[in-house]
Amino acid sequence: MKEKSKFSVDSKGFYGEYGGAFIPELLYPNVKELEENYLHIMKEEQFQKDFLALLKDYVGRPTPLYFAKRLSSKYGCKIYLKREDLNHTGAHKVNNTIGQILVAQKLGKKRIIAETGAGQHGVATATACALMGLECIVYMGEVDIARQAPNVARMKMLGAKVIAATSGSKTLKDATNEAIRDWINNPTDTYYIIGSVVGPHPYPDMVARFQSVISQEMKQQLLTQTGNELPSCIIACIGGGSNAAGAFYHFLDNEDVELVAVEASGKGIHSGESAATMVLGSDGIIHASKTKLMQTKDGQIIEPYSISAGLDYPGIGPLHAHLGESGRAKFVSATDDEALSAVRELCELEGIIPALESAHALAYLPKTSFNTNDTVVINLSGRGDKDLSTYINAFGYEQ
Amino acid sequence: MSNRIKEQFKKKSNLLSIYFTAGYPKIDDTVDIICRLEDCGVDMIEIGLPFSDPLADGPVIQNSSEVSLANGMNSELLFKQLQGIRNRVDIPLLIMGYFNPILQFGLEKFCSNCASTGIDGLIIPDLPFEIYKDKYEQIFDIHGIHNTFLITPQTSEKRIFEIDKWTTSFIYMVSTASTTGIQQNFATDTNAYFERINKLNLDSPALIGFGISNRATFKTACNFSQGAIIGSAFIKHLENKGINEIGSFVKNFS
Repeated sequence: MKEKSKFSVDSKGFYGEYGGAFIPELLYPNVKELEENYLHIMKEEQFQKDFLALLKDYVGRPTPLYFAKRLSSKYGCKIYLKREDLNHTGAHKVNNTIGQILVAQKLGKKRIIAETGAGQHGVATATACALMGLECIVYMGEVDIARQAPNVARMKMLGAKVIAATSGSKTLKDATNEAIRDWINNPTDTYYIIGSVVGPHPYPDMVARFQSVISQEMKQQLLTQTGNELPSCIIACIGGGSNAAGAFYHFLDNEDVELVAVEASGKGIHSGESAATMVLGSDGIIHASKTKLMQTKDGQIIEPYSISAGLDYPGIGPLHAHLGESGRAKFVSATDDEALSAVRELCELEGIIPALESAHALAYLPKTSFNTNDTVVINLSGRGDKDLSTYINAFGYEQ
Repeated sequence: MSNRIKEQFKKKSNLLSIYFTAGYPKIDDTVDIICRLEDCGVDMIEIGLPFSDPLADGPVIQNSSEVSLANGMNSELLFKQLQGIRNRVDIPLLIMGYFNPILQFGLEKFCSNCASTGIDGLIIPDLPFEIYKDKYEQIFDIHGIHNTFLITPQTSEKRIFEIDKWTTSFIYMVSTASTTGIQQNFATDTNAYFERINKLNLDSPALIGFGISNRATFKTACNFSQGAIIGSAFIKHLENKGINEIGSFVKNFS
């Protein structure tokens, strides 16, 4: 993306009418310190060197852009998978935590906090903290702790302290509230690593920049493999929207590239158990950002549902609200069942077990049609190891 | 523009302002609590509009908000309950609530309802000063509603002066960097912060809030400002003793 594009954040932290920093005064100094420093820290030559070296040697980047031959022949187009599932820790989340831990170090912070839903961002944060020898506290909803035991164990092995969020609905949104409250109570020595393109400015922009390595590599790999750096279409799943932001980023100004964001519609968009924010949501403020969110007519935030714990967030990043409203990105959705079918299909056709989140992106394929010459990139944001118990139940592999 | 808040500061010193969550403990307690508080000599009241995700609040106000929402409280009902309140109550009344429920109701309509029911001002913790100035100030002004801003121990002097310049009610001085209802007593460096602010000779009066839970912290706050705001401690009292014992709580601070 160009430095100043109509999709980049303005000087006050807004994407069109979305974004901003609707923070209590108690957080003003913390957020201001970050806002004033993040861009020049990220642009320092040494920072870039350190960041890229870690992505290469520690995370294992660049991740492959894999031509999925059998999937392509089934859907009659050229399908490429961007293999973020092959990153260390199993998902794209680590691109951001490595970036932010370096920012935290530059700011001289000693104590790191994070929120997590399914535990992927928590594990990626605990990993980065172990790597740098920094104290790590992860807030996780009490309900999520119970249903994501392996990731809780991973975080503990990596030295993180996992604190249960027992307020509200005891899931991701409440874990985020608790992390923000922690930051209010520890304003000087603590750095908050947000895991998605959500929260107050500058987080959505900073996280998108760290994740933009995905589309940067895609461009180069497409050029090498197809002779054209621009695909016809990019498909990504979206909860808060960090993998979608990363996959779209360097193509935002190439309006010929169709961008498709797939939300989780759970048991059906109008079933009352869904996380399809773009369809069900309306404008409002969640976690200090003006965006689309699922709320009652009185402005109380609604707890979303999806089989995928990484997609059941009641808002979306302000960049995505802007992309959706302006028509730049197309928002569609996939149900739990459609995602599960897509999991099976990728296993059987390509020998890859995808994460439930990423399966929502794959689930768009049967719902559309492409031309034979179309190049379609699907961002395979994570691997399915963490979802094994769901798959065992869903596919009847119990003993 | 009449200004009940400023008048009260002229008349009184050591102001006692009480926060409570509307619709708590019972949905119909709102007006009763307001009247009782005035009868007991409280100088100003902040009526809390509950929100599902109160970021700046500790467990006590989180809980009262949850109960109140489960009781069915919302903006429309609150204004309905407050109709005619000015026939019974003279002290300044403010509504304190997070921005999202107010936005969904419609800020314009919210301010206009405040004006018609006799609410003097708003405290919206997650509407920062800059965004208010940029986008919303005019709406408040048209309806004569005073907005209130917070300062904390971390707020820079430059920012404090700017906030002071734009304040038409009072400055809400947060005692410590914390969510509400967390601190039992003031930390050792709190007095230094109070003194520092005192020496700035601000034009606006200030009330100290967060961590005022007993007579000692109230008295300390009054030494450095025009008074103090009590929230979580009062809600805890309501939880334990019910609304009939409001007088025994307020007496601690007179």
